[in-house]
Amino acid sequence: MSLKGAAYIAGAWEHPTRKAPDKSIALLHAECAKGALEDAGLTKDDVDGYFCAGDAPGGLGPLSMVDYMNLKCRHVDSTDVGGSSYQVAVGHAMEAIAAGRCNVALITLSGRPRSEGQATGTAPRPGNPAAPEMQFEFPYGPATANLYGMCAQRHMYEYGTTSEQLAWIKVAASHHAQHNPNAMLRDVVTVEDVVNSPMVSSPLHRLDCCVISDGGGALILTKPEIAKSLKRPLVKVIGVGESPKHQAGGEIDLTYTAARWSGPPAWAMAGIKPSDIKYASIYDSFTITVLMQLEDLGFCEKGQGGKFVADGNLISGVGKLPFNTDGGGLCSNHPANRGGITKIIEAVRQLRGEAHPAVQVPNCDLAIAHGTGGALGTRHCGSTVILERE
Amino acid sequence: MAYVARKIPFVGTPDTNPETKPFFQGADAGKLMVRRCTSCKKVHHYPRELCPFCFGNCEWQEASGKAKIYTFSVMERANPPYAIGYVTLEEGPSVLTNFVDCDFKALKIGQDVKVTFVKTEDGGPSLPFFTPA
Repeated sequence: MSLKGAAYIAGAWEHPTRKAPDKSIALLHAECAKGALEDAGLTKDDVDGYFCAGDAPGGLGPLSMVDYMNLKCRHVDSTDVGGSSYQVAVGHAMEAIAAGRCNVALITLSGRPRSEGQATGTAPRPGNPAAPEMQFEFPYGPATANLYGMCAQRHMYEYGTTSEQLAWIKVAASHHAQHNPNAMLRDVVTVEDVVNSPMVSSPLHRLDCCVISDGGGALILTKPEIAKSLKRPLVKVIGVGESPKHQAGGEIDLTYTAARWSGPPAWAMAGIKPSDIKYASIYDSFTITVLMQLEDLGFCEKGQGGKFVADGNLISGVGKLPFNTDGGGLCSNHPANRGGITKIIEAVRQLRGEAHPAVQVPNCDLAIAHGTGGALGTRHCGSTVILERE
Repeated sequence: MAYVARKIPFVGTPDTNPETKPFFQGADAGKLMVRRCTSCKKVHHYPRELCPFCFGNCEWQEASGKAKIYTFSVMERANPPYAIGYVTLEEGPSVLTNFVDCDFKALKIGQDVKVTFVKTEDGGPSLPFFTPA
């Protein structure tokens, strides 16, 4: 049985903060939950399913947060695959709703790496030495930026992709961010600005990298009957897919992402193709992340991503595929170092017609929100969500 | 951009994971040890007891130490900068490493490299690094 349409996104809310030294992570989660419930027109007591990931404080998945928010749940899920956990949660929530295990699912993300002074992309973070890969990776300094830098370097080698082409992705994001009062970086930048910004980890420059921000977001998914009883525009989940990609025992191929595998089941469930999409939220930890995912989702041929993103093709009102119209992780927000939920929230805004007028896509009825969690250079999980305005 | 030695951290000890201890014992003796499956005959990395291709049993083998650069990235923000990369071993698998004793600006994908060994800090084990052949 297809899950297509088994759940609707009834509520979506992004925390406006980008720096929150005076708030606990638990409070940020709760504020996001409250915001999304108010957006949907529901209350805390309506929630019977809770979904979170590794950013939720406390050691045992959802337990600390359901306690803190005093939720009475019939179903919980804390699948953690990094920044795409929230796309995964949309799929899992839809399955739970279809199975009758919950009717109103709450998904939250929050964190404050900026207030905590994390050098997120440039300082390797040691993990549990019992993780089987740890002793074979950590000594070599895998700090997020160089794990993506290695992908960019190989992509350039195989396909002739250039730094200028990658820069166009940041340029497009900055064109959108100028209209977002909450965005961290609101100045419009040029290709020259990007390629002349300091090198972080070759071939990625500072402006190829996303921001480090505090904040968060939340989503409410409900069964169709509940969504239709509410006053908000109807946003139906019509396609989901998830897949991890890893080092495969040493058979490394860094030229593609897990979107190659998470995309097809989502497209098949939705019954549409990439050219039908009016708006795309594409995970943008780095410019190269966007380029590779666009190829792997089928928006262009493999290796043609550089040409596809160039010359403003991702700028709303200018190009063929408006992307990340809130400014994305590259300019607006990457809360908890996890950009998955903000991707879905901006897609919901677009489908409701509630994006900023300067970037709103006319007649936006089909949108995609794709996430990548973990690191493209080692292990990651791709997850694809396709949404339709009803 | 010239290579400058940096302190190499290590988490845990070679005893943390008994499964992989011979890898570090080999490195301390100047040998790059890899695992080859006795069933499907393929070599994998990082080392595991059970073959990640067929779950067959594996045995240790000394690799030639010859490899080609698959990709790399120079972390210029670090002090000192360092070059991470994957090299594809003559035996098959690609392994994560750093490049040492070389000009980072001269690194090229496809370049021939060879193994060398560097001690990790605080009395940790030696680890394989790669340098132009």
